[in-house]
Amino acid sequence: MEKKTCLYDRHVALGALMSPFGGFIMPIQYSNITDEHNAVRQHCGVFDVSHMGEVRITGPDAERYVQHIFTNDVTNAPVGQIYYGMMCYPNGGTVDDLLVYKMGDNDFFLVINAANIDKDVEWMQQQMQGFNIHFEHQSDYYGQLAVQGPEAQAVVEEVLGLSCAELKFYTAKVAPSGAVGGTSSSIIISRTGYTGEDGFEIYGSHEFTQKTWDMLMESGRCKPCGLGCRDTLRFEVGLPLYGDELSADISPIMAGLGIFVKLDKPEFIGKEALAEQKANGVAQKIVGIELADKAIPRHGYPVLTPEGEVIGEVTTGYHCLSVDKSVCMALVKADYAKLGTPLQVQIRKKVFPGVVVKKKFYDKHYKK
Amino acid sequence: MANFESGLYYSESHEYVRVEGEFGYIGISDYAQHALGNVVYVDMPEVDDEVTAGEEFGAVESVKAASDLIAPVSGTVVEINEALEDEPELLNKDAFGNWIIKVQLSDPSELDNLMDVEAYKKHCAE
Repeated sequence: MEKKTCLYDRHVALGALMSPFGGFIMPIQYSNITDEHNAVRQHCGVFDVSHMGEVRITGPDAERYVQHIFTNDVTNAPVGQIYYGMMCYPNGGTVDDLLVYKMGDNDFFLVINAANIDKDVEWMQQQMQGFNIHFEHQSDYYGQLAVQGPEAQAVVEEVLGLSCAELKFYTAKVAPSGAVGGTSSSIIISRTGYTGEDGFEIYGSHEFTQKTWDMLMESGRCKPCGLGCRDTLRFEVGLPLYGDELSADISPIMAGLGIFVKLDKPEFIGKEALAEQKANGVAQKIVGIELADKAIPRHGYPVLTPEGEVIGEVTTGYHCLSVDKSVCMALVKADYAKLGTPLQVQIRKKVFPGVVVKKKFYDKHYKK
Repeated sequence: MANFESGLYYSESHEYVRVEGEFGYIGISDYAQHALGNVVYVDMPEVDDEVTAGEEFGAVESVKAASDLIAPVSGTVVEINEALEDEPELLNKDAFGNWIIKVQLSDPSELDNLMDVEAYKKHCAE
């Protein structure tokens, strides 16, 4: 039985197509994916991402603990700084990718993927021995909205009365709940997102989240957007999705995310394995492939050499909405990962020629 | 609301056949294009390919997913609707006006296994 977010009734009332995702019943689209995708690229869209999980780590050893389980480096971070990175297994495989918010000295707010909440919480609690920390699982308390697009700042400030102009990319603050009010005396707002556009993610109580959603809908300045276009948006700017481009079998190094793995840290889980992968290379890598034809590569379709040998499979693929090309990300043998390598993708009964390209099919438009 | 056109034969998987003499024009119903959303690609067989009733002969792709096309009747492909190669969205604009393949029917008695418009309406309402 899937869980519902605090906005479930509102999605149904809007006529959204609802479908299971990550243990929740979530809106896939309200009108159509293309219109919602374009709204975020050109104006402003809002996503209910209340399915995401939240964990708060506090206590004397909080920073040392986060450093132990997280691949990125949070030492000497100013309060409000946010880091993207992974939790890895000792063999380098990925437990999850996540955001770590530094809320204060020895006070961290971790945002994890919905589908991984149970697994992550169990994993994190298993790593607590020897650390004097307080671990609080807060997923059931927080609702979360992502307001995304070039007009996001104006919408958040003018409609919600939440000041956010001063927030730099990948920073957060605790703020009064603005014009929204509600039971939250304070909320967390950050300049982050998963679309490649400027935007904000806002965490608050369910009541706050409901009131915020209603104000955004009433304003008419913000289109409700489902997980369908969230996937097309993140895909075309080359952002990974756990389960597609990252998994227990796909390390951050294999996924080309080594920049978020700080091997100069003294210690973290998976460091030895990831350092070995970086030094000696990996057997498989995530690449981008652009097809000459309009046929659409989908998750799991085989990737072949021009001679017909299967050397990998598609992880995510679409007919890319912003650039009108059929493209995919795929996990292939590392020998075939070089830019310009000719490859083929099998789509149903036919094979279609393609070429290895950068994973970023459309440029990000962050406000930094 | 979906449109339903009378005089056609419909399958449970939402393909239709418009019969003209020994030929059948196969497409997807208006109900099907509504359910799919924006069509971005139509994967069609080639002329002279054989299609078999109940078996997949191509696919219609929306942004999110690929849906197999299932042949409602058997026959030989004599023509494909090439306009769909460049404008797959024609299926959204007018599903009944834009057939996908034209086949020479090999066994017209298969039409008896398909639904008329009233039966198909009930099928869609279920």
